[in-house]
Amino acid sequence: MEKKITLEDIARILDRYDVVELEDVKIKGDVELELSTGVAIPPSVVQALQSMMGVQKEGISVVSEEKGIEELELIPTKFEVAKTEWNGQIEEVTIGATSADGGTREATVTIGGEKALPFYNFDHQTPHPPVISVDCFDMPISLAKAVREHYEDVMEDPGEWAKKNVREFGADMVTIHLISTDPTIKDTPAREAAKTVEEVLQAVKVPIVIGGSGNPDKDPEVLEAAAEVAEGERCLIASANLNMDYERIAKAALEHGHVILSWTQLDINAQKTLNRYLFKLGVPREDIVIDPTTAALGYGLDYAFTNIERMRISALKGDTDLAFPISCGITNAWGAREAWMKDSPIKEDSDWGPSVYRGPLYEIMTGLTLGIAGGDMFMMMHPKAAGAVKRVTQMLFGAKEAEDEGKKVRIEDWVTWK
Amino acid sequence: MKLNSPMEVWKYLPGTNCKECGEKTCLAFASLLMERKKKLEECPPLFEPKYAEKGKKLAELLAPEVREVEIGIGERARKMGGEDVMHRHERTFFNRTVLVYDVWDTMKEEELRERVRKITEWKKFYVGEFLKVDAIAIRSVSGEAKTFAQCVKRVAEETDFPLVLCSFNAKVIEEGLKEVSNRRPLIYAADKENWKEFLGIAKRFKVPVTLFSPDLDMLNSLAVTFSSAGIEDIVLDPGTYPEGGGLEQTFSRFVRIRRAGIADGNKGIAYPLIAVPMTAWMVHGSKAENALAASYWEAIIADLFIIKYADIMILHSIEPHSLIPVRTLVANIYTDPRRPVSVEPGLREIGNPTERSPLFVTTNFALTYYTVESDISSNKIDSYLMVVDSEGIGVESAVAGGQLNAESFKDALESFKVEDKVKHKTMVIPGLAARLSGETEDVTGWTVLVGPRDSGRIPGWMEKNWPPETVS
Repeated sequence: MEKKITLEDIARILDRYDVVELEDVKIKGDVELELSTGVAIPPSVVQALQSMMGVQKEGISVVSEEKGIEELELIPTKFEVAKTEWNGQIEEVTIGATSADGGTREATVTIGGEKALPFYNFDHQTPHPPVISVDCFDMPISLAKAVREHYEDVMEDPGEWAKKNVREFGADMVTIHLISTDPTIKDTPAREAAKTVEEVLQAVKVPIVIGGSGNPDKDPEVLEAAAEVAEGERCLIASANLNMDYERIAKAALEHGHVILSWTQLDINAQKTLNRYLFKLGVPREDIVIDPTTAALGYGLDYAFTNIERMRISALKGDTDLAFPISCGITNAWGAREAWMKDSPIKEDSDWGPSVYRGPLYEIMTGLTLGIAGGDMFMMMHPKAAGAVKRVTQMLFGAKEAEDEGKKVRIEDWVTWK
Repeated sequence: MKLNSPMEVWKYLPGTNCKECGEKTCLAFASLLMERKKKLEECPPLFEPKYAEKGKKLAELLAPEVREVEIGIGERARKMGGEDVMHRHERTFFNRTVLVYDVWDTMKEEELRERVRKITEWKKFYVGEFLKVDAIAIRSVSGEAKTFAQCVKRVAEETDFPLVLCSFNAKVIEEGLKEVSNRRPLIYAADKENWKEFLGIAKRFKVPVTLFSPDLDMLNSLAVTFSSAGIEDIVLDPGTYPEGGGLEQTFSRFVRIRRAGIADGNKGIAYPLIAVPMTAWMVHGSKAENALAASYWEAIIADLFIIKYADIMILHSIEPHSLIPVRTLVANIYTDPRRPVSVEPGLREIGNPTERSPLFVTTNFALTYYTVESDISSNKIDSYLMVVDSEGIGVESAVAGGQLNAESFKDALESFKVEDKVKHKTMVIPGLAARLSGETEDVTGWTVLVGPRDSGRIPGWMEKNWPPETVS
């Protein structure tokens, strides 16, 4: 349907272009506009009229000839866009405790608090930049070549490993994964694993994440023992999930003053359910971080992205079951064969090039993608990948200290760049 | 699109169920219209005078919120824009980001042809198909119209990929266009200085045109001016600042332009957007020792704008470490999220298996299934593949979550009647399910071999482990 335009509208437009009087203009009915030839009104007014009336190909045309183009003027326009205001806000969660709060960390880390989508600073300034926790393990593990070369010297010593993560790789936090406790790996007793946690707490002064082996039968006792020795440090205990005795883990975290990671597998409803169970057990909202599961680029990243994005939007819309900071296990990116395999197993593929170049980029892009979806905290492994994700998210966050080389570049010169 | 359900679309159709469109009912046609799987033109009655009014209204209501613009011709033509939603889960994104790789007019002829070949021949297998990139941008570095035209000609001889002709000099663009005017290239770019000349060229050659301005008032002005001059095949470039606060602002511009177009319904700016991650190279420089860092940063910028609303982007690195993840991310983000996560469980035959061929086991998570299937078939291993119902979850997670266990293997063996086809009673389970091997042997009575952790290593695994004693 054609847009209706009233005389009043026309008057308003003419007014905007300082046209005082129109000569030789007949107006018939309420949509037709005829202009006699040789009318002395600026082309821009005609264009504006056309544009408002939806007249294009047929009807009046002032640009059917080159001469017409010469006479054209830019139609002044103001770009306007509405702000999006949300009712909900993500919980703000602090990990780590300094001596003032009964811990021994030199600094704490705070995540969450968002009132808008990630880096939508034009809606509402993102309150905290994402943080990066670099992984270490309680035993030597098999790693892709590109990652292994950075950790070969510290793999036997979790304390040294953690130190390296902070000192050389600038980690905001360190995650100690107690994987040797898995009965199918080494079945390290919980008490011994707790000693490793103490070692790591001694070695570094940043907040730490304590991870189990992922074995649902063993993790409760391992994490319980770890929570006990780390009393007061406000660690992030990773993690509680629906397939295990999450109650035991939640209670241990609660009793010893830790934050709990609530982990579900790409399922919004399961995440809501588990979080509600945690509320029922008396876990305060500011003690919960969620892990909705990370899948690698090319191996389900689309599901992970949309799952996180949907959770974050639901939370901002007011679903308090989901209004928690999100942690992402970005190291999972190395599960993608493209991250580590030497050559393609598919014969018809173009050459894959050196795997050492591919791997870090898989980790970076998995991390950044989930950061844009809503991730607040990234558990990562390759130092270059961790550094790159940190750098770009700092820029998007709007950190003042982020270097601004970009400003020196005349961007349109990419066309002639040599 | 202003309609939310097939019923709403149906109201504007004749409702006669005449089947001329090939569908049984108008309602079925309505739902395919919504999915853009059918076009209005496929309903001839709608163009009869009786229904013409409704037809016209329906065309308006079905039009995507962001204008759809096409570059190139024939099979290689690519659609840009045409989006209706801000987030893929709200329905889907329709047209994946068009990936364009650059060449320039100061390249030596052989070097140029070689680079074009590399770009056009690149491919990577992924979930049942080969991924390729989409188009070639030709940059006028020389500033000479003749040199540029010569370069365009050579590229056009070498490939049928869509082209983007890049220069802010209208004379240069025009000379280049003369070589490929019938191939519907995108021209880049009109700005606040040269826009009249570009407008004239776009009109004369009937090609889509890029408008450039980081100042959004100016960009909106340019778009409204071109549109009111009858040019609607427009692509907008709000500028890609590669670093720091500039990058934050660039992110903001892309999001706000798309929001104005889709959420606020500002038709004057609802056009496809172009990003130029290639600007990363201007910060890092072209020296060989900086190339890796530049290519990483370029991929980071590409990542941001593949997700946030670039419908087309221009990149420089054609190294595999860049091409593979960038193109894969496009595939991921632009996959229809309503597509099922799982495939049908069952026993699949790969090649021509006999009763002595190996039996591989995997889950019914679509990504896992397609990966394993292609690894086995591409390496021509005649075998059976038993697809176990893991509720659409991948191996590692399904083992951790309990969806994949000894019982599910037993159920699969029985319900697919595997013993009728595989006589050796030996199955190869995924390396990531190794912890289930003992229990599975107990429960099923079959011999369980643990395969590699990645199915790409099945060929090597076969050499060492097949046939096992239980089979020979």
